[in-house]
Amino acid sequence: MILIKENRCDFCGTCVAVCPVDAIELREADISIIHETCIDCDICIWVCPIDVLSSDNKPEDKND
Amino acid sequence: MTDYDVIVVGGGPAGSMAAHAAASKGLKTIMLEKDRDIGYPVRCGEAVSDEGLRQFMEPRPEWIAATISKIRMRSPNNTEIDFRSPGSGYILHRRIFDYALANRASQAGVEIQTRAYVDGLIIEDDVVCGVHYQYMGEPRSLRAKLVIAADGVESRVGRMAGIRSAIKLRDIESGYQVTVGNIDIDQEMIDFYVGSNWAPGGYLWVFPKGDRMANIGLGVNGTLSKDYNSHDLIHNFLKEQYPQATVLTSVCGGVPIAQTLKRITGNGIMLTGDAARMVNPVSGGGIVSGMHAGKIAGEVSAEALAAGDVSIKGLEEYPKRWRKAGGKNHEALHRISETIYDISDEQLDRIALRLSKTKEQDRTLLKIFTTVAREKPRILLDVTRAFAGL
Repeated sequence: MILIKENRCDFCGTCVAVCPVDAIELREADISIIHETCIDCDICIWVCPIDVLSSDNKPEDKND
Repeated sequence: MTDYDVIVVGGGPAGSMAAHAAASKGLKTIMLEKDRDIGYPVRCGEAVSDEGLRQFMEPRPEWIAATISKIRMRSPNNTEIDFRSPGSGYILHRRIFDYALANRASQAGVEIQTRAYVDGLIIEDDVVCGVHYQYMGEPRSLRAKLVIAADGVESRVGRMAGIRSAIKLRDIESGYQVTVGNIDIDQEMIDFYVGSNWAPGGYLWVFPKGDRMANIGLGVNGTLSKDYNSHDLIHNFLKEQYPQATVLTSVCGGVPIAQTLKRITGNGIMLTGDAARMVNPVSGGGIVSGMHAGKIAGEVSAEALAAGDVSIKGLEEYPKRWRKAGGKNHEALHRISETIYDISDEQLDRIALRLSKTKEQDRTLLKIFTTVAREKPRILLDVTRAFAGL
């Protein structure tokens, strides 16, 4: 499952642009993952410029 | 019943140009901006050529932070190559510039609504007929004959209309940028750093902003972003190169360097600017291409409404004119970007060394390409095809 450090987010939309299944909901200062849609491909985690996103089932990721 | 002829979603340069063009043709137009400000936050290197800007308007001094006459590039081992700028260019104050474009649109009759977050489209019989949006948490709807989506890298509105716009990792740069004060740089020079130590699969820029300030940023290619963090790269760079500089603003963002979407229209909708993937895939510049495409979209709106046909067929002049104006060139640039993407650090250093041995006045675009071609012969084919318009 993708986790979000919400108070770290800059709301830049880079993760939204790469999500292949439209599973990221981003409003002006409000971000959430639609877990039913998410396929856990993790590319949002990689592309985020400031490591806001992480995965709870892959502790080896750069975000821990 | 419609509230407007045209709804433009997004108040950046592409949106303001589209709205201005539509209103200038007599269309009742509203532009919705999700943020509380037009032109802020600035997610951009803010560089633009004089020639590019002048196609639309006379550059005004209050938009311009610095006027550029020189270019410096640095290879991974810090070999410096200086070039004279082929034409003059500017580093803009995007905050002021975007304001001016929106103000210009409003003077042509465009209504503007900030804090308007579009969260759905009204679609009837497969035709986009308006938008649902939130204004300060309150749901609202507006109907229109046409919607122009200029909503940036996220390109959500296009997706709501069924136009697939998700970007492949290869086609995005994960970026971070700062505006710094207390920095001593040549205020007429733009400075680029290439190579994996500075910005893996992208470049780092130092652009002057006047008054001992600079816009410094970088993009890491999406395919390499798993192992690199652009925030950390910028701060390491500052620590090493400009330890005295003070960060005044910092912001992150993604730059789409993809090919323009195959489909930039739907029934009742046109996509423009970053949302349609119109950024130059080599330079990462998207201000002028967005303005150009936005203007075309606004003009085509008027023609389509006059003809009473907002279907994909009725809007076909938009992709046609965009292709002629810049789209064809864009495809060639995307091919070039694919070729230069995997040039190694050693190759970059060799190219820089060869160029550094030439006289500065001999460093023409042709000389650069022939030097790069010694390392990457494929680029000759790409450039030949680009010039032949293939």
